Amino acid sequence: MFDIAKYYEAKTLEDALSYLKANPDVRVIAGGTDVLLRIREGKISNAHLMGISFIFALKTITEDEQGNLHIGPMMTFTAIEENEIILKHIPILAEAVGAIGGPQIRNVATIGGNVCNGATSADSASSLFCLNARLKIQTADSSRLVPISEFYVGPGKVILQPGELVTDIIIEKKDYDGYTGTYKKFAQRSAMDIATIGCAVILKHDGKTISDIRIGLGVAAPTPIRCTDAENIGRGMTISPENIDAMAKATITNMRARDSWRGSKTFREHLVYELTKRAVKKLVGLPEEE
Amino acid sequence: MSFNVIGKPVQRGDAAAKVTGRALYTRDMKMPGMLYAKILRAEIAHGYVKSYDISEAEKLPGVVKIVLPKDVKANPWPSAGHPYSLNPAHQDIADRQILNEKIRLFGDEIGAVVAKDELTAEKAVKLIKVAYEALPFVLDAEEAMKEGAPILHGDETNILRHTDIKHGKEELSTAFSKCDYILEQEFDVTPVQHAHLENHIAYAYVDPEDRLTIVTSTQIAHIVRRVVAHALNLPFGKVRVIQPYIGGGFGNKQDVVIEPMAAMLSLACNGRPVMVDLTREEVFYGSRTRHGIRFKFKTGVSKDGRLLAKSMVSIGNNGAYASHGHSIVAKGGTNFSRTYPAELATEWNGYTVYTNTATAGAMRGYGIPQVNFAVECHMDDLADDIGMDPIEFKQKNVMKLGFVDPVSGIEIKSCGLPECIEKGKAYIDWDNKRKEYLNQKGDKRKGVGFALFSYATAVWPFSMELAGARLTMNQDGSLQLTVGAAEIGQGSDTVFAQMAAEVMGVPFSMVNVVRGTDTDIHPYDPGAYASRQTYVAGQAVRQAAESVRDQVCARAAKKYDIDVKDVEIRDAKIYRVSAGRLLCTLEQLAMESFYEKDESSTIASEKSANVKSNALAFGVCVTEVEVDVKTGKVNILKICNIHDSGTIINPILASGQVEGGMSMSCGLALSEGLKYDPKTGQMLTDNLLDYKLPTVLDTPHFDVDFVEPYDVTGPFGNKALGEPPAVPPAAAIRNAIKHATGVRVFATPMNPQSLFEAFREAGLN
Amino acid sequence: MEQTISFTINDEQRTMVIHPGQSLLELIREDLGLTGAKQGCGVGECGACAVLVNGQAVDSCLYLAAWADGKTVVTVEGLSQYGELTNMQKAFVEGGAVQCGFCTPGIIMTATEMEARDRNYTEADIKRALSGHLCRCTGYTKIVEATKKGLENVGKCSCDHE
Repeated sequence: MFDIAKYYEAKTLEDALSYLKANPDVRVIAGGTDVLLRIREGKISNAHLMGISFIFALKTITEDEQGNLHIGPMMTFTAIEENEIILKHIPILAEAVGAIGGPQIRNVATIGGNVCNGATSADSASSLFCLNARLKIQTADSSRLVPISEFYVGPGKVILQPGELVTDIIIEKKDYDGYTGTYKKFAQRSAMDIATIGCAVILKHDGKTISDIRIGLGVAAPTPIRCTDAENIGRGMTISPENIDAMAKATITNMRARDSWRGSKTFREHLVYELTKRAVKKLVGLPEEE
Repeated sequence: MSFNVIGKPVQRGDAAAKVTGRALYTRDMKMPGMLYAKILRAEIAHGYVKSYDISEAEKLPGVVKIVLPKDVKANPWPSAGHPYSLNPAHQDIADRQILNEKIRLFGDEIGAVVAKDELTAEKAVKLIKVAYEALPFVLDAEEAMKEGAPILHGDETNILRHTDIKHGKEELSTAFSKCDYILEQEFDVTPVQHAHLENHIAYAYVDPEDRLTIVTSTQIAHIVRRVVAHALNLPFGKVRVIQPYIGGGFGNKQDVVIEPMAAMLSLACNGRPVMVDLTREEVFYGSRTRHGIRFKFKTGVSKDGRLLAKSMVSIGNNGAYASHGHSIVAKGGTNFSRTYPAELATEWNGYTVYTNTATAGAMRGYGIPQVNFAVECHMDDLADDIGMDPIEFKQKNVMKLGFVDPVSGIEIKSCGLPECIEKGKAYIDWDNKRKEYLNQKGDKRKGVGFALFSYATAVWPFSMELAGARLTMNQDGSLQLTVGAAEIGQGSDTVFAQMAAEVMGVPFSMVNVVRGTDTDIHPYDPGAYASRQTYVAGQAVRQAAESVRDQVCARAAKKYDIDVKDVEIRDAKIYRVSAGRLLCTLEQLAMESFYEKDESSTIASEKSANVKSNALAFGVCVTEVEVDVKTGKVNILKICNIHDSGTIINPILASGQVEGGMSMSCGLALSEGLKYDPKTGQMLTDNLLDYKLPTVLDTPHFDVDFVEPYDVTGPFGNKALGEPPAVPPAAAIRNAIKHATGVRVFATPMNPQSLFEAFREAGLN
Repeated sequence: MEQTISFTINDEQRTMVIHPGQSLLELIREDLGLTGAKQGCGVGECGACAVLVNGQAVDSCLYLAAWADGKTVVTVEGLSQYGELTNMQKAFVEGGAVQCGFCTPGIIMTATEMEARDRNYTEADIKRALSGHLCRCTGYTKIVEATKKGLENVGKCSCDHE
C-alpha cells in the first residue's frame, strides 16, 4: 500500500488545471514509475496526488501545418516508440525511449514524467535537448513556452511552479528536418538500467562536410546538457576520423561529471568521448569502432 | 547401467501449477486475522541503542504491538542450516538474538512493530525515535584483522576462526627452493547475493492444538524447527514448520533468518498469525550474502610445468554474524588442497573474519566459486608465464582417478574430467582460436578461456548426512512419496519420483510426491543444500522403494507359491521371471493386500539413509568473449559447461540447473557486487536496479553437455549437480578477457568501470 | 478516502471500492484472491507482478488500482480455460522453462502479449520483449527457447532453435 492520502483523477485538461490551482499541495502523477517509487522510499508521505492519465488531450502526437511536432506529455514510451510520426521525423526519440527500463515500464512511463522529474539520467532528455524541444507550460490562467535547456535548474529540479502543468512538447520542423540522429546509451545492463552516460547526436551532412551538429548528454552534468564547444568544432567540419576524434574530445569542456560509486568522473568523460565519436561515425557512415 | 525412468526427460511435476499461477507460495496464503510486522532497523553500522521513544508510534491507530529487545525472552540461536553437532566444539555459533541491543551492521534488527496492515506497521516504525551510541566500524576483512580495529563480538578479535593446513613431503620453504618458477598473486572476489525472486517471508501462528506453526520460504524446514524450538524453549513436537512452494533459495534460505522473529511476534500477539515479509532492500542487507574472499597465492613449478609447491591465504569477509561460520572458507581450503595436488608441499591458511557488513552465509557453491575463480585464474597465469598452454598445464597437474583427498580421505572413484576437457576444447575450437586471436588491434577483441573444477557432493565426512523418505502404496498400486528433502525449484521432487518409479518398476506417472515440507508429515531431512539431495536423499528413496518392492514381491511369491527371487515388477505388472509369465497387475495385488480379510496389510516403508561416502563431481567451462577495450564491455559470444555429475537422472532438469548456475557465475564475473558507503557502512546496492542481476539481454545462450561415468557411491551412479554449474564460468570468462586483451584482472566484478581502469593502466584506451 | 472503479478482470466485469494507495497488484491479490502475480521488488525492477492491462503487460506493483478503471485486466489465472493450458503455458512446461516458478506468471503474461500481437519475432525481438523480467533460476535459455516455440506454434517466429 502506497502512502497516498488523497487521489484525484483529472478528466480533462481544464479540470486538471483548475484542480491544480485550487490545491497547491497536490502533486501530479503521470505513469507513476518515479512518483510511486518516491512514495515507497518514504520521500513523500500522506501524498495528495492528481492523476492525468485519463486526459486524452495529453496523449496524442501530431504534426501541425508548419510541420512542427507536438508530443503529448502523457504519451508512454511504447506509444512513442511505435508512433509513425516519430519514426518518420525523429526516430532518435524512438531509439532513446526504447532504451528505457523494460517493456512493462515503457508501457506506462511517459515522456512528460521522464522530463518533469528532472533527472539527468532521463533517456529522453538528451534527445529532446538536441531537438531544441520546447515545453508548453500551462496554468489555469496562463501559458508559456520554455526551451528544454531552460527547463532544468538542478539535479531533480525543474522550473515548474505550483499550479503548472506541462501540456505539450513541441519540436519545430527546422530542428529536425534534414537531420539524422542516434542515441547511444551506456549502462551496465542492456535493459532495466539507468544510463552511466546517455549521448544523443543529431547532424546534417553531405558525405564530405558536417553542416550542423547537436550533441545532448545525460549524466554528464547535474542536468542534461548540450556540448556547445564540440558542436562549434563540428559545425562545418570536414568528415574524417581524425576530425571526428578531435571534436569528440572537445565534449569534455561542457561536462561537469562527478565521481560517484556508480561510475567515476574519468570513466564518464571517456565514455562521452567514445560514444560521441561512435555516434557521429555511425551517422556519417564510417565504421563506428576502430 | 540401463534404466527405464532414470535418464528420461520427464516433465517436472509442478510445472503446470506454476504456469497457471495455482502454485501457492507463502504470501499467497492469507489467514483470517492476519497481522503484519515491520522490523525497526539500525541506522548506524556499529554501536548501541541508547534509548527508544515509542510514544508517537504507539498512538498510531492499527498498531497492535511494539516489541523492543528488552521484551524478548529467547535463547541466542545459531542461524546456519547445518545439521546439529553433538560435539559442543563443532556446534554453530549461537550469536543471534531476535532483536539486538548491540548493533553490528547498518540495518540490524533493533525492534519490531505488529499492526493490522503493512502500511500502518511501516509508518509506526518510522515514528519510533532511536538514540544511538555509535562506534567506529570496519567493512574490509583484512582491515578488521588488524590491531586496533573495532571489534564486533567480545573484545579480543574479529577472527571467527583460523585454519592452518599443511601437507606434503617437504617443508614449504624447501619445496619453493626447488622450483624453477614462482608466481605470487592476489585475487579478490566481491560479495554477491542470491537474489532469489521471492524475498524472505514467513508467518507464524499458534494452531488450535496449541502448536506454534510457521509457514516459511525455507530450504531447511526441519532445521528451522530445531532452531526455533531451542530459541523459544519449546518441545520439538510443539513446533510445526511448513514449507510451501518457494521462489528460489540458492543457500540464502539455508539459514534461519526470520522464522524466530515471526514466531516470537505471534507469541507476543496471543498466537495470532503474524506475517514477516521482507522487502527486497531488507533481503539485500539483512539476510545473507556470498562471502567476499581475498586470496593470496604463492605457487612454484618446474620448467616442464609440474606443480611442486603451493600456498594460499584466504581471508573471508563473514559480515556481522557467524551464520555458517568458517565452513565456507574452509570448504574452499579443502578444494585448494585437492584439485591440483602439489608434488612437494601444500600450505593453506584460512581466516573467517567479522566486519560490519551484511552477514555472509551459504550460497550456491559454498565457497567454491570464489576459490575456483582465484585458483583457475592463477593457474592460467602460471601456464602463460612458463609458456605452456593453460589447458595442457591444468590437465597435467589436476588430480586423477584413484586420487585420495589428503584432507577428507575420500578416494576418487569416478572421474570424467579428461572427457569433459576434450569436449570443451572441441566445442570452442581451442587450438585454432588460441592462435587466431593473438596480437589483435582495434576496439573489439576476442579471446577464449577455460576453467575446470572439482566439487564434493554433500557434507560427509566434515558433517553428518542423514535423509528420510517414505513410500506408501495406494490401493490401486500407485504410490505416495514423502521425502524430507526440499524441492526449492531445482526439481528434486520430480527426480525422487523417477527414482522410486525406477526401483518399483512402475511408470513415472504412478508416483505422487507429497509436495512441500511439513515437519509434521515429512520425514527428517536437514534440507536442500550441498548438492546432496539426489546423492543422499536419493539413497533413502531407493531404500524405501526397494523395501516396498520387496513387500510386493514377497506377497506375490506367497500367493503364487514361487520363490521371491523369481518375481519381478515391470510396468506395474508382476511377472514370474523364469516362466516369462504375467502373474497379476500391481493394482490387483495392492487391492488384495488392502482388502483380503485374513491377510491384509498396508504396503509402505520409511527409510533413513546415513550416508558415509562422498563423490567428486567434475567439469569445465569454455567460453569465447568479445571485449570492447574502449568501454570495458564484455560480450560472451559462446559459453559451454561440460559436467561429470555421474548418471544424469533427468536431462532437461539437469541442463536447466546448469544454465541457471552458469548465469549466476556470469553475473559474479561481469556485473554483480555488493557495495557499501564507506562513510556510513550502509549498503548502496540494496535493490535490483543498482544490483546488476543479468537480464535476458545481458545473457548469452548457455550450452550444456554431460559425460556420465557411473559413480559406485551414488544411489544410481549420480553425483552433485545443483551447485557445480555456478563454479567455473567466472574464471573462464576472466581468462578469455586476458586472452583477448593481454590484461590480467584480479577482482570481480569485471564490469565496465573496473575493466576500463585495467585497460587504461595497460594503455589500451 | 475510498473510491470506486469498474473494470474487467479475466472476462468478468467488476465494480470495486479501492483505497487510493492501493496498487493493482494489491487489488488483484488481496481483494480478488488472484495470487498468481507475485511481488519480487515492489518497484518495477523484476517483472514478477506483470499482468495485462488493455492487452499490454505492466508491472502491477507500480500501477495504481485507480488506473484500472474502465480497463481490461488479465492475470495468469485468466489465461487457461477449464484447466486446459494455453499454447504458451504448454511451451513453458514442455520446454523445461520453469524452475522455482516465482517469475513464471509474469513472464507468461509478457509471452502471451507477444503471442497476441500481429507481428513476426526474431530471437533479438524475443529477448528484448522479455527483458523486463528477472529470473534467477534458469539463466533464461529455456525461457527464450520456450517463448520461441510458443510463437512458432502460432506462426509468429521463424528463428532457429539452439
